[in-house]
Amino acid sequence: MSSASVQIIQAVMLLLFAPLAAGFISTCKARLQNRRGAGVLQPWRNLRKLFKKEVVMAHHASWVFRFTPYIVFTATLMAASVVPALLVDTPLSLTADVIALVALLALARFFLALAGMDIGTAFGGMGASREMTFSALAEPAMLMSIFVLSLSAHSTNLTTMITHTLNSPFALHPSLAFAMVAMVMIAVAENGRIPIDNPTTHLELTMIHEAMILEYSGRHLALLEWAAMVKLLLFSTLIVDLFMPWGMTAQADLTGVAIALGLWMVKVAGLLFVLAVFETSMAKLRLFEVPEYLSGAFVISFLGLLSYYMLEVGA
Amino acid sequence: MNTAIILALASCSMALVAALAPLFLRQPVAQRTGLSLLLAASGLLAMIAGICGLILGGDALILPLGLPWMPMHVRLDALGSFFCLVIGSLLLPVAIYSQGYLRDETRLTSLAIFMPLFVLGMLGVVLSDDAFTFMLFWELMSVSSYFLVTFKHENLENRKAGFIYLLMAHMAGLLILGSFAVLYAAAGSFEFSAMRDATISPFWASAAFLLAGFGFGTKAGVVPLHGWLPEAHPVAPSNVSALMSGIMLKVAIFGFIRVCWDLMGTGDFQWWWGALVLAAGSSSAITGVLMALQQHDLKRLLAYHSIENIGIILIGLGLSMLLAHFGHPMLAALGLVAALYHTINHALFKGLLFMGAGAVLHSTGTRDMESMGGLIHRMPWTAALFLVACLSISALPPFNGFVSEWLTFQTALMAPQMGGALLTAIVPFSAAMLALAGALAATCFVKVFGVVFLGHARSEVAASAHEVDNWMKVGMAIPAVFCLLLGLLPVLFIPLVDRVPQLLLHASLADSIHAHGWLWLTPIDVAHSSYSAPIVLIGMLVLGGLAFWLLHPKGRTIRRSVMWSCGNPHVNARMQYNATSFSQPLRRIFAGIYRPEEELRIERSRHKLLADSVHYAVHVGDMAVQYLYQPIGKLTLYVAKLLQHEHQRGIHAYLAYTFITILFLLAVYI
Repeated sequence: MSSASVQIIQAVMLLLFAPLAAGFISTCKARLQNRRGAGVLQPWRNLRKLFKKEVVMAHHASWVFRFTPYIVFTATLMAASVVPALLVDTPLSLTADVIALVALLALARFFLALAGMDIGTAFGGMGASREMTFSALAEPAMLMSIFVLSLSAHSTNLTTMITHTLNSPFALHPSLAFAMVAMVMIAVAENGRIPIDNPTTHLELTMIHEAMILEYSGRHLALLEWAAMVKLLLFSTLIVDLFMPWGMTAQADLTGVAIALGLWMVKVAGLLFVLAVFETSMAKLRLFEVPEYLSGAFVISFLGLLSYYMLEVGA
Repeated sequence: MNTAIILALASCSMALVAALAPLFLRQPVAQRTGLSLLLAASGLLAMIAGICGLILGGDALILPLGLPWMPMHVRLDALGSFFCLVIGSLLLPVAIYSQGYLRDETRLTSLAIFMPLFVLGMLGVVLSDDAFTFMLFWELMSVSSYFLVTFKHENLENRKAGFIYLLMAHMAGLLILGSFAVLYAAAGSFEFSAMRDATISPFWASAAFLLAGFGFGTKAGVVPLHGWLPEAHPVAPSNVSALMSGIMLKVAIFGFIRVCWDLMGTGDFQWWWGALVLAAGSSSAITGVLMALQQHDLKRLLAYHSIENIGIILIGLGLSMLLAHFGHPMLAALGLVAALYHTINHALFKGLLFMGAGAVLHSTGTRDMESMGGLIHRMPWTAALFLVACLSISALPPFNGFVSEWLTFQTALMAPQMGGALLTAIVPFSAAMLALAGALAATCFVKVFGVVFLGHARSEVAASAHEVDNWMKVGMAIPAVFCLLLGLLPVLFIPLVDRVPQLLLHASLADSIHAHGWLWLTPIDVAHSSYSAPIVLIGMLVLGGLAFWLLHPKGRTIRRSVMWSCGNPHVNARMQYNATSFSQPLRRIFAGIYRPEEELRIERSRHKLLADSVHYAVHVGDMAVQYLYQPIGKLTLYVAKLLQHEHQRGIHAYLAYTFITILFLLAVYI
């Protein structure tokens, strides 16, 4: 197997498994709430249904509204194909480092917010305003937590950062613990999960992501929903990559990739299960408590940075 | 004499000819065409001179002008060439744009005289090689731009803004003069070559640094010295605002680099200089963007964004100063390249944004975002080009703003340990502030584009807006293309910028930049970090095209219907989110910084539960104006009042004043 083929397998895998991951979370939540649930495949069925349906657009929707689903989908997919999941050194991982990865997701969000404002409903503007506000607070926290790892690896390339973690002896670094807590908090916020936003609600006055895509229908909506699922899986993979990359393969041989695939699925499933438990046991935050949550994440990641300088640099 | 400096002088003389042209051209049409043509030629020449100077190297020259014992020294080195390029690359499109923008203007004479003089001043500052020439052109730049700010002097607002601008520009000029005085005392000559060779004690070096920092900082709009900027930029004609924000602020950055890096040299740097510049940069970046978010005057909002971007440039410069002081010339070179790259990027996208704002103003007659909306349908070209600038300034790939912010991030992250732990921790903290500023800028430009161009028209003028003419479209298209090219092919452009650190730091990024071909941007080496904008763009085009091709039903049009309105048939344009409501969450989150003055009035005449009308007003003032400028102004007035009666004495008293002054001066100088 060449590394290019593993790269393609990886990207297609993230794309195809993303609805399954979403289905997995909702099934876990259903079981935790003593329900049977609709099954792991339900998001796939929803997508198929949406792809078949006709698109209806408002009279004065501009080309921004029409092209946004494609831009959001491709930017998210591009970001997903940059993140190594199985092989440490994939050809595309050099294309964009972590900072560029965050920027690609920001590009998707920028257009999503614009599309929310294009129709001119109060809901769209509300969603756009809130999404951009909260992500503006989340982004520095996310970069800070990544910087903690970048500083010890002397790199912002994901491949180099993963290799650094794999090659250094296992030790409990306080800075990494802080960074991971912050990163998980940000991942929850960025993906619009409880306690920040509830992905299963429509027409709540506190909704964020749903408010922006309220006007979309048919294949446009399917692309946006799919992109959101890919983003969730992308963040899970990123957390796995940065904080527990053990098991990822350096060579593109069949056994190595198979083992890496198995371990990746176990690790991601574990993360998603934890998310389901949290979502079941927690209520949504009030809207104006979200900034406190996000600044909490920022402070935690900054503590990680300080503890890196004070405790670990000399050692 | 080599080609580059001849071209640069030709560019200056073209600007001079343009300034003299109104003597012969009296018709507005002729004045407008002459102005645009000559300035475009001047811009093109400056651009070519800059590129030639960077590739071939420049030359020094003594012009037989000026005072008899002090001829003008001009010199085009790498630093000057780079800023020549910055000036030219925005001047050319702005000149083309002016041809369309000034079409309806009947009294053009003052603009046609002072705009070329303003350009001449900026070019002269960049070319000057002695303190006297520098100050002469600097003052020419400041004074002529005052007349441009007060072009529409019949409005009280414009005269007020002009006064504040003139006052602060002269305060800045005085501080810069002080800085040169310190350097003159050490060198014994006004020539820059003598200042370079002179040794200066650490105390006087710091004095010169502080004077230059505050002087150039005032001109560049560093917080809290920015008070003039949000007043002057909105009231100037939009083509002038584009030049003022795009280039004039950069000339101040040029002056700062010239004095600190070149005339004093990296050997004189002290650690707190870099820390101070870094702190000033971070605070400007955050304050600028936070204030911008609360504006609803389009041009005022853009003015605050200039403060933010100057902050980003200063973050790069501050990092470079720190790294140079602690002996890492390679990384210092990276920081300097990042700052310079952002300098040209900001000139391009901010020029484009001001031109776009001018197009909207030209078409609707208002700068108030609350009465715009839906302009994308009536001004499709302006909207698309404005969107390019929005994406660039929000640091989104694959445009140019992202490249320079990425380079700044890399400098901050690659910085090794310096000094104490606290100093080392400031560096990544400033990177986090940069991230916050970038994300808030994206928020702000979603607001700008969303409120101005998307949604429904909020007023009659917005509903009847029209697209601008071809001159203005071309003027806006040129910087948009540059924004994309500088974002896609940084590897081809950085070797040009790299000449500046070669001159100032004797360090070059050329080896690491060229190591992996034109496709990959690798500032240090490939294991540290890499970014390839062309692959990102091609990947997105292929994937997006594929998705569109697979999903789009052939031969069928999309069904259009009314928008979904919760079943309420009476939806109007006022129900949309506007600029004030969009920034409401941030106003609430950062209430401690903004201290908004809110006023809510609900009239209930029929029943206590039935509101007849609701009136809401909010005002966010600038803290610096409130807590710094106004107390100083009040103090000045108070002192003036105390001294008032001294003015009303007879002629004897005035003779006594003169006598005492002469005695004092004699006592000091002899």
